[in-house]
Amino acid sequence: MELAAPSARRLYQRFVEGIDGPLLTLSLMLAALGLATLFSASYEQPGRVASQAANLTVALAGMWVMARIPPQTLMRFAVPAYLFGIALLIAVALAGDIVNGARRWLHVGVTRFQPSEMMKLALPLMLAWYFHKNEATLRLRDFGVAALLLALPVLLIARQPDLGTAVLVAAAGCYVIFFAGIGWKVIAALGVLGLASLFPLWGMLHDYQRRRILTLLDPAQDPLGAGYHTIQSTIAVGSGGITGKGWLRGTQTHLEFIPERHTDFIFAVFSEEFGLIGNLVLLALYTLLIARGLMIAASAATFFSRLIAASITLMFFTYAFVNMGMVAGILPVVGVPLPFISYGGTALLTLFIGIGILMSVHNHRRLVQT
Amino acid sequence: MKLGEFKNHERELYFFQLRIGFAGFAVLAAFVLLFARFFHLQVVQHDTYASKAEDNRISIVPIAPNRGLILDRNGVVLARNYSAYTLEIFPAKVRDLERTIQDLSEVVEVQAKDRSRFRKLHAEIRNAESLPIRTRLTDEEVARFAANRYRFPGVEIKARLFRQYPYGDLAAHVIGYIGRINAKDQEKLAELEVEANYRGTDYIGKSGLEASYQQELHGTTGFEQVEIDAAGRGIRTLARTPAQAGNNVTLTLDIKLQEVAEKVFAGRRGALVAIEPSTGGVLAFVSMPGFDPNLFVDGIDPASWAELNNSPDRPLTNRAIAGIYPPGSTFKPYMAMAALELGKRTQKSAIHDPGYFEFGGRRFRDSKAGGHGYVDLYKSIVVSSDTFYYQLANDMGIDAIAGFMGKFGFGAKSGIDLEGEAIGVLPSPEWKLKRFRRPEQQKWYAGETVSIGIGQGYNAYTPIQLAVALATLAADGAMYRPRLVSYIDNLRSGERRHIEPELLTRIPLKPENLEFVKRAMAGVNKEGTGARSFGTAPYSSGGKTGTAQVIGMKQGEKYDEKRVSERHRDHSLYIVFAPLESPKIALFAIVENGGFGARAAAPIARTVLDYYLLGKDPEAVVEPAAAAKRGSGATAAEEEAESD
Repeated sequence: MELAAPSARRLYQRFVEGIDGPLLTLSLMLAALGLATLFSASYEQPGRVASQAANLTVALAGMWVMARIPPQTLMRFAVPAYLFGIALLIAVALAGDIVNGARRWLHVGVTRFQPSEMMKLALPLMLAWYFHKNEATLRLRDFGVAALLLALPVLLIARQPDLGTAVLVAAAGCYVIFFAGIGWKVIAALGVLGLASLFPLWGMLHDYQRRRILTLLDPAQDPLGAGYHTIQSTIAVGSGGITGKGWLRGTQTHLEFIPERHTDFIFAVFSEEFGLIGNLVLLALYTLLIARGLMIAASAATFFSRLIAASITLMFFTYAFVNMGMVAGILPVVGVPLPFISYGGTALLTLFIGIGILMSVHNHRRLVQT
Repeated sequence: MKLGEFKNHERELYFFQLRIGFAGFAVLAAFVLLFARFFHLQVVQHDTYASKAEDNRISIVPIAPNRGLILDRNGVVLARNYSAYTLEIFPAKVRDLERTIQDLSEVVEVQAKDRSRFRKLHAEIRNAESLPIRTRLTDEEVARFAANRYRFPGVEIKARLFRQYPYGDLAAHVIGYIGRINAKDQEKLAELEVEANYRGTDYIGKSGLEASYQQELHGTTGFEQVEIDAAGRGIRTLARTPAQAGNNVTLTLDIKLQEVAEKVFAGRRGALVAIEPSTGGVLAFVSMPGFDPNLFVDGIDPASWAELNNSPDRPLTNRAIAGIYPPGSTFKPYMAMAALELGKRTQKSAIHDPGYFEFGGRRFRDSKAGGHGYVDLYKSIVVSSDTFYYQLANDMGIDAIAGFMGKFGFGAKSGIDLEGEAIGVLPSPEWKLKRFRRPEQQKWYAGETVSIGIGQGYNAYTPIQLAVALATLAADGAMYRPRLVSYIDNLRSGERRHIEPELLTRIPLKPENLEFVKRAMAGVNKEGTGARSFGTAPYSSGGKTGTAQVIGMKQGEKYDEKRVSERHRDHSLYIVFAPLESPKIALFAIVENGGFGARAAAPIARTVLDYYLLGKDPEAVVEPAAAAKRGSGATAAEEEAESD
């Protein structure tokens, strides 16, 4: 009896070893808020909450595994993962399934798989690997190579067409390039160039993509079409007020005025029912999570782990900002889930794998010198 | 050195941490911006949005418009709507679909067919609001379900309009059918920017005129403002903008004539297109076999679909616009016309036909062993001499032939108001260059030109092209776009919009040449290969028989119908226009594997023309089967006909 207690404790310690308390707490709090909101959003389909809980279990397992893989090992997978992702994207372009007019899915045995999702992690890994290899001799040319490595998957995803994911993958890559130390002058020059290329880019967009952007400027123009989402979600947020209408009491939600209320527009449900106070709590949780991530990046041991940690952390920010901005009507409607809150197994798994990587980076951090 | 590297490292780390700080600042700034927006919406403008949310108790419900009717030229309804009750499942509100369907089958009859159709619809249309499990409920079933309604949340009875095609498979390829809007249709609607007008509409034209005139037939969706309670149920209607029914579409087609034409095919495969030469209006449009479009309206069940789709007779293919066939000897009048216009032959040109044409050491055989002897241009059409046209094609050269035939619309889409038209092949060196990959295949050989002259070789055209070419010849070179629709009625405004005949081109042809070719085609029907069917016709007409080879014959091998399997027998073709002066109808008919043109296709043409020009009951005409049987005791003239 005396022996059993310490061994159980040791087993527990072995189990939680390498799990970062603050990160786990923050992400679980967000996931819990997500389940509560999902319960309200899917009152007519209670099965969804259970299925999201199952997704969460799988995602936590993914996090647990990733937290145990040292960054050095992860680095070895960077190139194969990138090449594999590119191969899959090409396969999708040639033989993918078309769902809602876009070619995004690939059949793998019995299930379908969205290779662009994988790129959200594979691209930053690849770029971080590349910069790490050339750390000692980083020159402008290396940033050029990185830009090419970034452009290839982004263009493949953009022509599926899936502009939302393309922007996210591009952002993940750009963060790595930024943290690798690209000069401010280059950034400024690229910024000017980017603004100048808006005009030709506009011509390349699909009609529905253009309409989404135009609708942002004037949603009332197309109340039954593209503007419907924005109008209804803005009403939901605005009518929530300071304290919200209360859990399960959102009229916009329960009268089915909010489209895609389980997935991309779940924030409208949250905001309607929990109000400005709820939003503030959500923003605070995200801020703390991001702060923790940036701290881990700042104390990471190697160039590679630094870049990957910072990039993943800013990805959380990007998801959250783009999604909430879209629901609040200040960004165009693109298919971006609200991290840890939106319904969907693949996105949740990607997010927790990211958390796992952060934990792993933290476990192998630079020891503070005295 | 070492120290420098270390310092460098330190410096790098410092810059990295600087950027981390910058990023943290940017994140904060962005979140402050978001918070400002939330504050603006939720505090500053809260009242506005709160009242908007309150007003959202008013739901806008779309009212689907009634689909326009399709009528034949005499006002006979070919596609109509009727109202019936359907039992619909809202998949999003049902927990266990299989169980619900199982329970439903205890209340109303649910057959295996209904289940498999529902499953198919459920798989195809992912985000459908509701899907029918049963259509056309009887009053008793409606009553029984109403009594058990409490057991089935997420299942509702709806009154819906259904499309019905009263004539079944008659003219099915013309009328087409409607079906549920799927993802692909949705995308098309988005492209046309008419999505909003399709809210509340579940069906869309999928083929035939139902598809090509979809925008006319659909109408304008209406809206109803309904006040709803907290549970989202409608309490009362506040305002209503009624839907505007779609336009009625009236065809140039005569359904009686169509019926006569389809009946006389008597189950054989083939196609027939009859056109009014002076307008391009299509009078009859047959593709056999057909199918029953009513099967598709509720979503076709997989078993019926498999049967239609896997049938070797390919009933779903619209042969009249998508089938491509060699024209065989029906090509000869155009060849003669080309020869006269281009000065390669005169009306008096004559040859001695020994029964073959020799070129490059190869013998091109005439279908009549021993040949036709002395053959001039007139006789070459009347008896259908192959030798004459082998020689002519060789003299003209492929470029001249392709150039001339292109004007008659051979090898180009006719522009008929149906979707899915095939292009066919107007052979030319340019076409071959594009069609083939290997250099030795890309080269045009002079020997290949020879059989082009008798409508064989690479020649391949759709029935609609062959009918339009004939109508153009009959109208002295005036080519009209073929069309099935005569006018469109807007019931609301009472406005009638006529589709005016569209003159595509007027081919300049010399009157004496036209007169000659038409006279020769009249000769075909009076004393030549078409005489058996048209010799006794009380009206004047010009025709030409055609026999198109399905399989290639080796040199010296003789075609023996009995030795060739049914699917490999020759196609039987016939073109005819009547009356000779100012023709009222130009017709092309093909019977797949029907053998000689004079035997299978010509009697069909005669029956259709008799009905159209004389109003004659088809029963009185010689049955095509009977005509074929007489083959053994054929007269000399008929023997000639057989040797087409």
